[in-house]
Amino acid sequence: MFNVETIRKDFPILSREVNGKPLVYFDNAATSQTPQQVIDVIVDYYSNYNANIHRGVHSLSQEATDKYEQARQKIQAHFNAKHAHEIIFTSGTTHGINLVANGFSSLLTKGDEIIVSALEHHSNIVPWQMLCERTGASLKVIPMNQDGELVISEFDALLSEKTKLVFVNHISNALGTINPIEYIIKQAHLVGAAVLIDGAQSTPHIKPDVQALDVDFYVASAHKMCGPTGQGMLYGKEAWLKKLPPYQGGGEMIAEVTFEKTTYADLPHKFEAGTPNICGGIAFGAAVDYMNAIGFDTIASYEQELLEYATKNLQSIEGLTIYGTSKHKTSVISFNLDGIHPYDVGTILDKLGIAVRTGHHCAQPIMDFYSIPGTVRASFAFYNTKAEIDALVVGIKKAKMMLS
Amino acid sequence: MTIEEIQNEIIDEFSMFEDWEERYQYMIDLGKDLPLIDEQYKTDDHIIKGCQSKVWVHADMQDDKVEFTADSDAIITKGIIAILIRVFSNQHPKDIINADMAFIDKIGLKEHLSPTRANGLVSMIKQLKMYAIAYQTQIK
Repeated sequence: MFNVETIRKDFPILSREVNGKPLVYFDNAATSQTPQQVIDVIVDYYSNYNANIHRGVHSLSQEATDKYEQARQKIQAHFNAKHAHEIIFTSGTTHGINLVANGFSSLLTKGDEIIVSALEHHSNIVPWQMLCERTGASLKVIPMNQDGELVISEFDALLSEKTKLVFVNHISNALGTINPIEYIIKQAHLVGAAVLIDGAQSTPHIKPDVQALDVDFYVASAHKMCGPTGQGMLYGKEAWLKKLPPYQGGGEMIAEVTFEKTTYADLPHKFEAGTPNICGGIAFGAAVDYMNAIGFDTIASYEQELLEYATKNLQSIEGLTIYGTSKHKTSVISFNLDGIHPYDVGTILDKLGIAVRTGHHCAQPIMDFYSIPGTVRASFAFYNTKAEIDALVVGIKKAKMMLS
Repeated sequence: MTIEEIQNEIIDEFSMFEDWEERYQYMIDLGKDLPLIDEQYKTDDHIIKGCQSKVWVHADMQDDKVEFTADSDAIITKGIIAILIRVFSNQHPKDIINADMAFIDKIGLKEHLSPTRANGLVSMIKQLKMYAIAYQTQIK
């Protein structure tokens, strides 16, 4: 039985004060908080078995290697990848995207096309622009509508045999819209294009099955899933990962080195040059365990309840506009107060101990679409409460009173 | 009045406030009263970089004294820049360049002094001083 008060006890940070007020943490789409169970794993690693992995003959190294590879298997099971070596540990979503973009630079030529969506985070736009500059391929954009949804008929029209890659986020970070990736993957495969899905915003809320999706690449960040920063994962189908060249050179990623020629290591090590974030990988596994113990169905239904409650109560504030009104969205509310800059609202809320994000959320094209400088974004996690949403509503009303 | 006298006057005003709410309400009111920059100067050339909100500043020199006008699309930012302009406007460039900014701390706005703070108070101070440096070179 899900009890949010019990869950909150797992997160030490939630009992602290900010500016003399109890912290209300609504910036979960930027980073999630860390439960004691994951903190314990990090402390245990540095206290008991910190060692470099894979080639050490001594016991500590063996122990660290076992735990690290066990974590990979946990991630594999979580995403239902066919093989553990299809899970590449990265420093985060951005690293995963760059790894794939770099790999494709040798596979693309002039005239090829890459499709991205209008809902992308900058980290999912810039690497493709760079890739296009390197290869002469061109970038096509799936437009969005007023509700913050992709116009799928336009996607159908953009697809052709020239399309080599499609990159879409599973869920928009700025608006919370859940994109129809099942359809996008299916249609892209019909023209022979590969698909990379950015799961940074989906993985905190849902459990994607990469085999059922038949997706070619899927990326995620641990720190948005109750894990540590500086850690993420790239799932790639084995055939694709074998085809892509290594991203970085260094230790770990080689099989044999002479000055004439280097043979690369097998997957996943081919893409994991240098000493990895060993503790981060192990803690990522612990974070996934933690979330699975609560259950993603439970998390999703509770967060949906929070979203509905917050939407209803925020809508009752006069002069408040919500951006992103798709029926299919996660627990993110992006909004503005009439005639008031989001930065001002965020500053007053901070004084009240409420952490929200303000600005363009690294998604300037979306802000341009709505002709606004940015929004205030409140994003909820399973450890938030309705009482905290009530505090947000009071805070917004206060900000409105002070600022108008 | 000298820069220091103006700063002391502002410190006195802020000392009357009991909590953050009164301080912020005062800054918001200052922002509303800020003499606006002429529309022709609200261009990218006059934007101060490093702020989450947009801040435009224009400077002019009359009788060896620098005059500033500014605007922002965020009202708290406008309040902050209004305080800076009150301190720096109608002052000799060399006095602006040498001005100590410790008064920011004394009026309870230290949190805005962090270089990573999104409002860019540090960038604003730097930009105003840059104008003063530029005008200083014009004085014979």
